Amino acid sequence: MTKIDIINLVAEDTGLSKVKAEEAVEAIIETIKGTLQEGEAVILRRFGSFQVRHKNARIGRNPKTGEEAPISARNVVRFKSGKHFKEAMNGAPVRFF
Amino acid sequence: MTKAELVEKVSTKINLTKKDTERVVNIVFGSIIHALARGDKVELRGFGSFRVRSRESRDGRNPRTGDTVQSPPKKVPFFKAGKELREMVDVKSASASSSEAPSAPGVVSGSTEENRF
Repeated sequence: MTKIDIINLVAEDTGLSKVKAEEAVEAIIETIKGTLQEGEAVILRRFGSFQVRHKNARIGRNPKTGEEAPISARNVVRFKSGKHFKEAMNGAPVRFF
Repeated sequence: MTKAELVEKVSTKINLTKKDTERVVNIVFGSIIHALARGDKVELRGFGSFRVRSRESRDGRNPRTGDTVQSPPKKVPFFKAGKELREMVDVKSASASSSEAPSAPGVVSGSTEENRF
């Protein structure tokens, strides 16, 4: 599934035009990205949370060659899935949305 | 940022009622759960991708009693940030360390990151 499929679903479900549906989906994604860029977490109940985490510099190793390589300190996005999301992966009915 | 705040922001940004905006937000995240539940993956360019990962069963231990318990195999949702998002959040450290080995560590860190899961 890609962004276009989601946009189509939104248009069908809401009756919004495809142009407006696309605008809305893009705005949601861009707002989440902008929030994370500021270092703020995005918490969506039941779905999960996106958080920026700082990782210290460390010595990494190429798992294929065994070669050591320095990994500089960086910020990464961590997604923690919500309870409902996890349960839906293991057969629980998707009762949300 | 909570869902209510997200709805508020998006609603103002694109001039759509809060009610409609909330519906769109629900459909976006609901459809992602639906897609993964049926074994599909979701790729959102610039943001990232959602996939299902299988966890094998493993022997756990009850930390209180020390009894060994089998945890069943299960599936878990997994999100991998896309290149654009990765670079957006890493802006500070990227500029601070751009002089030292800019490309190679990315490759290595990508693969070790995956191995951790």
